[in-house]
Amino acid sequence: MTNKAIQIVTAARDDNKITGKEIISSLLNDYMELHGGGIGSDDPAIIGGIGLFHQQPVTVIATDKGTDIEDRVAKHFGCPTPAGYRKSLHLMKQAAKFHRPIFCFVNTPGAYPGQSAEENGQGAAIAQNILEMSQLPTPIITIIFGEGGSGGALALAGGDQVWMLENSTYSILSPEGFATILWKDNTRADEAAQIMQLTPRDLLKKHVIEGIIKEPSDHQQVVKNIDQVLQRQLGDLQKLSTDQLLQKRHERYRKF
Amino acid sequence: MNLYDHDNTLTAHHVKADRYADAKVPDDLWTKCPKCGETILTKDLDQYSTCPHCHYGFRISARQRLKWLVDQFTEFDTELQTNDPLNFPGYNEKIAHAQERAQLNDSVLTGKATIGDAQFGLGIMDPTFIMGSLGMVTGEKITRLFERATKDKLPVVLFTASGGARMQEGIISLMQMAKISSAVQHHAQAGLLYVVVLTDPTTGGVTASFAMQGDITLAEPHALVGFAGRRVIEQTMHQKIPADLQDAETLLKHGFVDRIIQRQQEKQTLQWLLKYGG
Repeated sequence: MTNKAIQIVTAARDDNKITGKEIISSLLNDYMELHGGGIGSDDPAIIGGIGLFHQQPVTVIATDKGTDIEDRVAKHFGCPTPAGYRKSLHLMKQAAKFHRPIFCFVNTPGAYPGQSAEENGQGAAIAQNILEMSQLPTPIITIIFGEGGSGGALALAGGDQVWMLENSTYSILSPEGFATILWKDNTRADEAAQIMQLTPRDLLKKHVIEGIIKEPSDHQQVVKNIDQVLQRQLGDLQKLSTDQLLQKRHERYRKF
Repeated sequence: MNLYDHDNTLTAHHVKADRYADAKVPDDLWTKCPKCGETILTKDLDQYSTCPHCHYGFRISARQRLKWLVDQFTEFDTELQTNDPLNFPGYNEKIAHAQERAQLNDSVLTGKATIGDAQFGLGIMDPTFIMGSLGMVTGEKITRLFERATKDKLPVVLFTASGGARMQEGIISLMQMAKISSAVQHHAQAGLLYVVVLTDPTTGGVTASFAMQGDITLAEPHALVGFAGRRVIEQTMHQKIPADLQDAETLLKHGFVDRIIQRQQEKQTLQWLLKYGG
């Protein structure tokens, strides 16, 4: 694979990209969606609940970009609001209380940058997620399956392991934004994408992620690949004591 | 006939001003407050660099702030250097220039400080160092500050000022948010006090991590505090947003800030909080 970075950026944003809903429904048996914890509102850009993963109850949280245009607008094109981050933290704490493993599936351009989001403490909501995730006493594995946009993605990726699909990115901001800020020219996104080292291969080299998951065009096969990785990695994490788990998680971030 | 004919307009040509006036008036004689717009005689700005009209605290270097903030200070980690993780063109030169100007190795000054008999870990972010952006050295210094404080059972006081992530360090900058947060959480679990003072500007990844993880959160008058940049919000909303949306006072109203505090009162307020707050 010698894909240019910008090709991966484009593929990560493709309309035919697998969705969080598809992953959840194919990966789990007996899934029950839960809507609470948003304190004041329910953000449809974050979906989550409890389901069975190979007979084991797990908590899942996913970002959702929506399907038709109305749905997409309601979900701010997959950009979670503070309520969404609070809902995800609520689900994570609930899972940790019962030592239930947590899987997060992330595809977001970033946290929603709107007036109401500012008023409701977007920064504070993300900050609490990152803070709490560092010490929740249960395995947390994140799969980035499209865009991993900045703090908005990190708020769901602060756990034990982060894996990425082949056609996905993880970065401090979009290549367009990067080019605008540094060179005042958003048409230089190609060049920015190359420099930013936002592809799964670049990130694996920097030990920002644990591994890359093959992504054929058949969505069912993609879910099978995700399933294999989760099963193997969860098994390994569950062999650790809580102290060992949290110590390893701490070291995972301490090295940067 | 044109009522306001050009010839009848008062122009520079008609005013017999002293044409050497510009040379006689130094550039920095007047300072305009960026918040209330009042013009201030620069010499009227005292050591705190605050606006006498609206109490806004001007952006100052970490070393300037240190002068009046504490009684004693021992600096930590002055030698750490970024390894330029993206091999970003021109980055090393930019760092060298910022280091020279701010007299700091990166965008935060850290150390052990005392006010009266209160000992604590102190961090001051420097908005004059690449906009106080969060780089790997910034992250490492703040992490070590919390680790040392946890080991020595000391509270931490952190003055935040940041444009957000350090673009030139890419994803490594993002990872600093998680690294610092983990150290903050260990410090918290040891039952130790963490006081944040939000200064102008505190934005982006810093707001979305350690700036919003304190036990007590103070903010300077009219400090800009937010997550997304104004232009980004306006592009998203397709409309102008209120001028004070990200003012510290608005955050206070929405319950994200505990108190607004003027620089002149910071030292004694911190002394009180260090005694009774933790």
